[in-house]
Amino acid sequence: MIAEAGMAALWLAATMALLQLALGALAVGRNQPALGRAVAPVAVAQAALVSLAFACLIAVFMRSDMSVLLVAANSHSAKPMIYKISGTWGNHEGSMLLWVTILGLAGATIALFERKLREDTRLATLAAQAAIALGFYVFLLFASNPFTRITGVLEGAGLNPLLQDPGLAFHPPTLYAGYVGMSAAFSFAIGALITRDVGPEFARAMRPWILGAWILLTIGITAGSYWAYYTLGWGGWWFWDPVENASLMPWLAATALLHSVTVLATRGGLRTWTIMLAVLAFSMSMVGTFLVRSGILTSVHSFAVDPRRGLFILILLAIYITGALALFALRARTIAEGTRFELVSREAALVINNLILTVILVVVLAGTLYPLILEAMGGGKISVGAPYFNSVAGPLALALLVLLGAGPLLRWRSDRPRAVIDRMAPALFAGAAMLLLVAAFGGSIGVLPLLGLVVAAIVAAASVAPLWKRDLKRAPLFTWGMVLAHLGCAVSIAGMACDAAFTKENMVSIAANETRDVGPFAVTLLGVRERPGPNYQILEAVLSVSKGGTGAPFEMTPQLHAFTQPQMTTNQAAIETFWNGQLYLTLGENSAGNKFLLRMWWKPFVMLIWLGGMMIALGGMLSLLGRVKRDVWDNRWPWPWPRIDTDKPA
Amino acid sequence: MSRKLILWLPFALMAALFGAFYLGLRNPDDHVIASKMVGQQLPEFAAGPAFAQQPGAASTDFRDGKPRLLNIFASWCVPCVAEIPMLMELKASGAEVVGIAVHDNSDDLARFLATNGNPYSRIGMDQDGKAQIAFGSAGVPETFVVDGAGKIIYQHIGIVTEADKAKLLVMLGIGQ
Repeated sequence: MIAEAGMAALWLAATMALLQLALGALAVGRNQPALGRAVAPVAVAQAALVSLAFACLIAVFMRSDMSVLLVAANSHSAKPMIYKISGTWGNHEGSMLLWVTILGLAGATIALFERKLREDTRLATLAAQAAIALGFYVFLLFASNPFTRITGVLEGAGLNPLLQDPGLAFHPPTLYAGYVGMSAAFSFAIGALITRDVGPEFARAMRPWILGAWILLTIGITAGSYWAYYTLGWGGWWFWDPVENASLMPWLAATALLHSVTVLATRGGLRTWTIMLAVLAFSMSMVGTFLVRSGILTSVHSFAVDPRRGLFILILLAIYITGALALFALRARTIAEGTRFELVSREAALVINNLILTVILVVVLAGTLYPLILEAMGGGKISVGAPYFNSVAGPLALALLVLLGAGPLLRWRSDRPRAVIDRMAPALFAGAAMLLLVAAFGGSIGVLPLLGLVVAAIVAAASVAPLWKRDLKRAPLFTWGMVLAHLGCAVSIAGMACDAAFTKENMVSIAANETRDVGPFAVTLLGVRERPGPNYQILEAVLSVSKGGTGAPFEMTPQLHAFTQPQMTTNQAAIETFWNGQLYLTLGENSAGNKFLLRMWWKPFVMLIWLGGMMIALGGMLSLLGRVKRDVWDNRWPWPWPRIDTDKPA
Repeated sequence: MSRKLILWLPFALMAALFGAFYLGLRNPDDHVIASKMVGQQLPEFAAGPAFAQQPGAASTDFRDGKPRLLNIFASWCVPCVAEIPMLMELKASGAEVVGIAVHDNSDDLARFLATNGNPYSRIGMDQDGKAQIAFGSAGVPETFVVDGAGKIIYQHIGIVTEADKAKLLVMLGIGQ
């Protein structure tokens, strides 16, 4: 019954999306404001129905209802409850339903809370949002039905053990919320192109939505990186896996957009460019979804899928993205040119920021797709790995960071180069101090990590400079947000540079009571024991670790988990965090006789990578809070429902 | 370039990207890794006997003018079990099958052959997988056709099935 109810809710949600699209199009195209009033309630109904469908799917997973094909194929009754629930989106159909649920919720949020946009633009935006949702409903209903029934199955096939991790409960929903939240910016851009409403007012309305999605994307990527770090057991935190790149690309576009929309909102400049980025950011989200869900690439993130589904998603994408870009090309010429600015000005810095971010985006896109394109042309199989990405994107990112330090110290419109250098002086001193510090104590390290550390010091000092000599109590929240986010970039880069420069690694084959060293630690194998876990067998090494060979010993227990359904072994690294780094140990297979493989890493300051990521996200939140607070204060409109302005031109 | 053309640039780039995706979808990612050694002389190797009853295998066994099959297998490999009946049929048709057991041990191997049958004329023990890597083989089971002069002329990846039998026999100069 639950599955049928979910199916019915999904059909109704699709109908609502069609209605929302039709009403919005009529209201804007035929100038029928009366019809427009129904759009927002329909958008809310659509979101409620698709949420209900998703809740039904969670319910059948929780009950381990093996008469539903999706449950039988992906779940198992012996699985702990949290993985039954998170398993709902640990498969193709469920994750697509989550995707469209978030899309519906984003539409409802716009319908409920957006009240700065001109009425006709708001309606066009909601219609665009419905058009996207409609395509994905059709995909779910006809090509990827999550509620299909089967008979005769008593037990499920189980969930990929790599996904049986608390991370799965949070990482995909957060990342998806960020991915799909970008649809708001996309729909805003379409709406504004249709009603020819691209200007500072529009940018101020769009900004909080971009910020919200960007925050979620930042959290999703940071959390995903930490998850990969502790769960895959390779000691790395970013693998340039196509699917990681698929999440990085929308983030890069969104970061560029976030900065260009500021120019548009504050100074009225960069109009065409901002609209293009808004289209691009969500296009990259959709391309990311396609890469993960079409089976075109294999990675930890892909589920085995039918190639016809890939074609279906590809057609949807082609319609939405090329449609949006064609509209952009046709209408962009009618967008009024923005205010001009000098070469040395905050606008110019933000333009260069945008250009560098876009070049990095192209570099990542090219590296991700090159193997695919080469193979499609019959050029054989190759893979593009970390050396390409690090050596091309790394220097670009460092250049971007230097700019990030200088940008907020520049005045709008025009500034004197001399004055900028004066304002940067303390930051340059910090950089020089870091250089001396590394030269004195760092030993010999690579050029890129060295530059990374120096730039991190410069950016850290420069990013707090906007608060310098200011009354801190009166500094607006969004200034605090910017400072924190920029500081987070410096912290994160410092962590990456430390990890690249100072990591100590030792891979050993070790028997009981033997001791091996890694960095400042001595690791002794006390023994290896086996015991049962909830739905797997645990092989656990008991290690006694002491710092410098003399410190108080403590125990660490890296594990191997052998799952039976499906058969697979996963690695559970043991990680011990100190103030100055992490000790990371993973257990390998029994190598010979009574010896076991052990990989050990001492990673100084590696935590800064994720700490920085969280600071960036937190900075975004402060900024969003500051904007919303100011809007609410300005408008004094107490209800989360838009004012209906019938006197405005529709 | 005029502004008008520049504005169509994103459209053109995305359209090209979708074209590439379409081509990519038509060749789905697979896991077949073809050996670069096909068409070349069998690399020098000498794999000792797996156990006393049967001789080991070496590259020098392949130069007497008789084409042979070189089958990479292991007792721990489930698809290899499924493949044995077909190898037995090939043997009955007159083919000589040389086995290379990778990452294996004598006891398991003896049990495997006793249970499933033994189609091999020789079995070399490739304890560390070095011979397998030299052949350019990335998994088990794989079967190479080596001509009488010791040149690898064909690589079959995966289980040998009824459908492959005729083709293999032709390459061995037995069938027509």
